[in-house]
Amino acid sequence: MTEQIERPDRTVRTVTLPESSGAPRAWKFGDDIDTDAIIPGRFLTINDPAELAKHAFEGTRDEFAQSVLSGDVVVGGRNFGMGSSREHAPLALKGAGVRYVVAESFARIFYRNAINVGLLPLTTASTEAFEDGAEIHVDLGANSVSVGGTAYPLDPVPDFLKRIADAGGLVEYARTLEEVETCGTTSR
Amino acid sequence: MAPIDAAMIHDITGPLAIRTFSEMGGERVFDPDRVVMLFDHQVPADSIAAAENQAFMRRFAAGQGIRNYDLREGVCHQVVLEKGRAAPGEIVVGSDSHTCMYGAVGAFATGIGSTDMAFALRFGALYFRVPETLRATVTGTFLERVGPKDLILSIVGDVGADGATYQAVEFGGETISSMGMAGRMTLCNMAIEMGAKAGIVPPDATTWEYVASRRASVVPFDLASDPDAAFAGTRSYDAAALEPQVAAPHNVDNVVPVSKVAGTHVDQVFIGSCTNGRYEDLAEAAEVLGDRSFAESVRVIVIPASREEYLKALRAGLIERFVEAGALVEAPCCGPCMGGAFGLLAPGEVSLSTSNRNFRGRQGSTEGLVYLASAATAAATAIAGEITDPREA
Repeated sequence: MTEQIERPDRTVRTVTLPESSGAPRAWKFGDDIDTDAIIPGRFLTINDPAELAKHAFEGTRDEFAQSVLSGDVVVGGRNFGMGSSREHAPLALKGAGVRYVVAESFARIFYRNAINVGLLPLTTASTEAFEDGAEIHVDLGANSVSVGGTAYPLDPVPDFLKRIADAGGLVEYARTLEEVETCGTTSR
Repeated sequence: MAPIDAAMIHDITGPLAIRTFSEMGGERVFDPDRVVMLFDHQVPADSIAAAENQAFMRRFAAGQGIRNYDLREGVCHQVVLEKGRAAPGEIVVGSDSHTCMYGAVGAFATGIGSTDMAFALRFGALYFRVPETLRATVTGTFLERVGPKDLILSIVGDVGADGATYQAVEFGGETISSMGMAGRMTLCNMAIEMGAKAGIVPPDATTWEYVASRRASVVPFDLASDPDAAFAGTRSYDAAALEPQVAAPHNVDNVVPVSKVAGTHVDQVFIGSCTNGRYEDLAEAAEVLGDRSFAESVRVIVIPASREEYLKALRAGLIERFVEAGALVEAPCCGPCMGGAFGLLAPGEVSLSTSNRNFRGRQGSTEGLVYLASAATAAATAIAGEITDPREA
C-alpha cells in the first residue's frame, strides 16, 4: 500500500506503509494516554506523518512503531490524547497506517485534531473487554466495532463532525468553501 | 462557526499550520493584524530542523504582513497578554493547549491544533461547540507561602484530568477578586489540565486596569455570568485551608500536600514557564531563598516568562541573587517544560518544576520523574536538594 505524504516544503513523495498480511489488530492502551506519550516533544520539529510514525509511543511502548501494520486500530480507555495541542500526535498514528482510534472518551484537542486530519476518533461505552492484539474491525455502516468476534456499538459521531470526517478531514472540507457563515461578528 | 478576534502561532505548531493553510487553498490570512507569531519552544534554535521551521515561519510572516515577535519577547501566552492581543469578551485561539491562559483577562481563549489553526487563518472563523461551564468558587485568604499555583493544583486534583472535558471553568469568589493578574494567569493556564476548553475569570477592575495598560482605548463593560446562569457543576474551595500542593508523577491530577512527598531527592529544579515564570513568581522564589545558596546537588534553571518579566526581575536584583545562589538563568522561552530543547532529565532523575505538565517523558527520559509545584516550593526544594515545604525552608 502506498500513500502520498506532503513534505514540509510541500513537495510530494511516496512512502510505502507496512502491508498487513492478516486481519487488523487492536493496540490496547489505558486511561489518560497523553500526547507526550504518543509523540515526545523532541520529535516535534518533524512534520511528515511517516517520519513521525517512526517515533510514535517511543519510550513508552517501543514495539508500536516497530510492528504496527496499516489498518491496525488503536484502542484507549478514558481521556485518550490528553495534553498538548500537537497535531503531530494524530498525524503520527495516521502515518503508521492507523485509521481509527476507539476509546471510552477523548481529550478535546486530540479529538478535534483527529477529525481534522482524517483519523477517526470513535467512542464506545467500555473498551475493557478489548484485548491487546485481538482482531478488530470497525464497521461504520453498522456503527459498531467487533473485537475478537464480539460486536460493540459505537456512539454516533455528531453530524457536523461527520461531514468533516466524510470529506477526509478539515483540509478537504475547507476546499469546498469559499467563505464561512459565522454566528455574530468579532468583538473588535 | 464563530468569528476569531486573534490567532496565535508558535515555532512548534506553526509550520504545520502554515503548510496546511496552503493546502486548504489559503493565499492571504484573514487579517494579518489579528495574527500573532512568535518563537518560544526551541529558542534560540537548538537544531537545524528547528532553525528551518523558524526560517519558514519568518518568510510566511514577512509575506503576509503578520507581526512576528520572533524569539525576542518570551513565552507565547505571556506575550499575547503583554501585547494586549487578548481582551474581555474576545475569542482567541492559539495552536498551543495552554492558550486557555487568556481567560485571565476575560477572553474566551482555547487551544487548537494546526489544521484548526489553518482554517482560522484562512477564514477568520472556526467551528466550536459552546461549552458548558464549571464554576469554581474560592473563598478565604491564602496562608503564607501558599498561592494560586497551590490552588489550581488542588482544583485539578479534585476535578481530575478529564473532569472538565469540553467545559469552560469559571473562577470566582473573594479569593479570586483579590488576586492579581499573575495569579489569575496561573489559574487559567492550567484549566486544560482538567480537560477544559477554557478557563475564565470574569473581568473586574483588576482586569480592566491591566487591559487598559496594554491596549489603547479600552472601554470597560460588564461581562459577569448571568445571576440565573445554569452551571454544569459548581465547586467550592477554601484557600485558607490549603497547604502547599505538589502534583506527583506522572499525571497533573495526582496532587498531594507537599508534606506527603517532602524529603524526595531532586536532581533539577525549574522555575519558569507560562504557568509560573512571572515577576511575582520569581520574587516569591527569591524571598524564600533569602541570602542562601541552592544545593550544589541540584541543577537550578530559572527562566523568566518574557523579556518584560525578565527586565523587572533584573532591575529588582532577583536575577543577580539567583545567579549568586548557583542557578542558571536562561533567556525567556519554554525551556525544560517543552522536553525537547534543553534541561532534559536522564533516566532515574527527578525534577521539580513550576510548569504545568508532569507526564512521563515530558522533561526528557521517560524514566525521569517530574513533580509540579509553586515557585515558593521550588525555591525551598532547590535550597534543600529535596522536596521541601516552603514554610519550613
